[in-house]
Amino acid sequence: MRRAFLICIPYFWLIALFFIPFLIVVKIALSDSMLSIPPYAPKLDISAGWAGLKAFFAALDFENFTFLAEDDLYWKAYLSSVKIAAISTLLTLLVGFPIAYGMAQSAPEWRPTLMMLVILPFWTSFLIRVYAWIGILSNEGFLNQFLMWLGIISDPLIILNTNTAVYIGIVYTYLPFMILPIYASLEKLDSSLLEAGQDLGCSRVSAFWLITIPLSKAGIIAGCFLVFIPALGEFVIPSLLGGSKTLMIGKVLWEEFFSNRDWPVASAVAVILLLLLIIPIILFQRNEQKNREAEQ
Amino acid sequence: MNTQEPFAPWENPAEIPLIQFKNVTKKFGDFTAIDGLNLDIYAREFFALLGPSGCGKTTLMRLLAGFETPTSGQITLGGTDLAPIPPNKRAVNMMFQSYALFPHLSVADNIAFGLKRSGVGRDALQARVDEMLKLVQLGKFANRKPHQISGGQRQRVALARSLAKAPKLLLLDEPLGALDKKLRQETQFELMDIQESTGTTFVIVTHDQEEAMTVASRVAIMNHGKLEQIDTPDGIYETPNSAYVADFIGEVNLIQGRATAPHHLDWAEGEIPLNTPEQSPMDQGREYQLAIRPEKINVTAQPPEKADNLVQGQVLDIAYLGNLSTYHVKLKGGQIIKAQSANSRRLSRRRFTWEDQVYLSWAASAGVVLDK
Repeated sequence: MRRAFLICIPYFWLIALFFIPFLIVVKIALSDSMLSIPPYAPKLDISAGWAGLKAFFAALDFENFTFLAEDDLYWKAYLSSVKIAAISTLLTLLVGFPIAYGMAQSAPEWRPTLMMLVILPFWTSFLIRVYAWIGILSNEGFLNQFLMWLGIISDPLIILNTNTAVYIGIVYTYLPFMILPIYASLEKLDSSLLEAGQDLGCSRVSAFWLITIPLSKAGIIAGCFLVFIPALGEFVIPSLLGGSKTLMIGKVLWEEFFSNRDWPVASAVAVILLLLLIIPIILFQRNEQKNREAEQ
Repeated sequence: MNTQEPFAPWENPAEIPLIQFKNVTKKFGDFTAIDGLNLDIYAREFFALLGPSGCGKTTLMRLLAGFETPTSGQITLGGTDLAPIPPNKRAVNMMFQSYALFPHLSVADNIAFGLKRSGVGRDALQARVDEMLKLVQLGKFANRKPHQISGGQRQRVALARSLAKAPKLLLLDEPLGALDKKLRQETQFELMDIQESTGTTFVIVTHDQEEAMTVASRVAIMNHGKLEQIDTPDGIYETPNSAYVADFIGEVNLIQGRATAPHHLDWAEGEIPLNTPEQSPMDQGREYQLAIRPEKINVTAQPPEKADNLVQGQVLDIAYLGNLSTYHVKLKGGQIIKAQSANSRRLSRRRFTWEDQVYLSWAASAGVVLDK
């Protein structure tokens, strides 16, 4: 009985705070835009009884989804989001893996300090940290001033309001999510395995590819998903650091909702985004499941 | 040629050793792990390094594998200096104490790992892996992962993997440490069979003296980075060259005394001097230690008719070990002597009990004279 109750808590949480709101969003996505409050129709009128319910369902259609498919802005935005998220994930991996590797190789008494340093940025507001990058990357920012002072460049580099700035922002923000799972898997790695590899004829480099990488695969995959999933729907970073050419679905959604006040189209965008995200999440969970089975 | 001749290349001065340590020293900061060590190991030997933990035996092995480089001195394998050769290029393989099996690879892939690195062709590789699986009787488990097999099976996979490349020298670091006693004893004999059938030179590191005595052709006793003695198991046991070795291997009684004649040791006031072995005369007036193994001392209720050495005492303690009983006998002067006798008959009643007066006797040749 107590067990059943405990199991109910997360399900209740999911139903109340995810599933029901999602159904409402789906409902709005199937409605039509209208100048009213709230700005869509039909509205569910329970007082009209069975006939009202019938009329309500009859008025729902997939018009908004057809619209999304027809207007190339949306699928371009989705595609561009996937591209930006994928490139950022790869860059985060390239930056994060050596850091995690260095942490795992460091003397045990240093590890808690290094771990602390990785987590430390979370103690400052995410928004403030992204704004700080504007100060660094802008034409008169610290980076350009420094490079010009060194004499490496004579004209400022244009980084802010480009995709490059978005990549920098995403890599910076999500780096700890990449480092921590990789570090966790590398730390468990028994160093005698690498010695055994060398003993059996591997060079240090091939021992890394044949032993270290396969054995930290679970951490790498977890880190990549933890970066890719939030980066795909990212809104704050592209709108603060990106330019007019940076097309990301999070920004499109925001504009549909607040600028155009087209709730049904915005809802449809959100529904598709969610479906797009659910695929990698399912893949991720499968991977986790496999690892758990392998460990038993 | 006489095929019955025992395997003893170390007694043949014409034999060239496979491995030579020439004045090798290894320091870690201020700590000297290996201290000016000289050692010859011959081909096809099963050589055991025995010593307490921290004596440098694992360092010695890691020097051979190439994971450490000597601070000074030279190690040669088949006449070539090992120093410039990295571990992955040495004809030496190691079986790790933790086995270090690759958890992401199957048993067969673990065994094939080294062969793949040396670019063996597909058919030859498969044949060699099958041969190794057969050798360690694990054919049925080829596709299992290391975590799906038992500890004893893992130990065999580790052995098969380290033998797969047919190394000139196989290093075994506490190979049986993780097995329970029964399995360990069985595996010791298997190891000996495999060593004989493959003709590989084995160097085994262990802290278990019984294991070293069972498997090895020669045993080296290490202490503080130095070799105390290198000899055959029976040589180490019967003729230890120091009190340390005598005490380290098995049980021993050490009697302190001063030589009054070349074969007489004065050891306690009011006692007759002990007769010491013929072949090791002592310098008169110098102090010596006489080492006697407990099983070489007879315990009797009446004084025997003829005995080289005879002392009287009282039974203080009896340790019944099943096959043997060890008596702790307290002499008049307070010294305690351990004597052991085999329980060849079933004990319905103890021969001796606590506080019985007994006579201890042993032959002059039973003792070993050691410098103090």
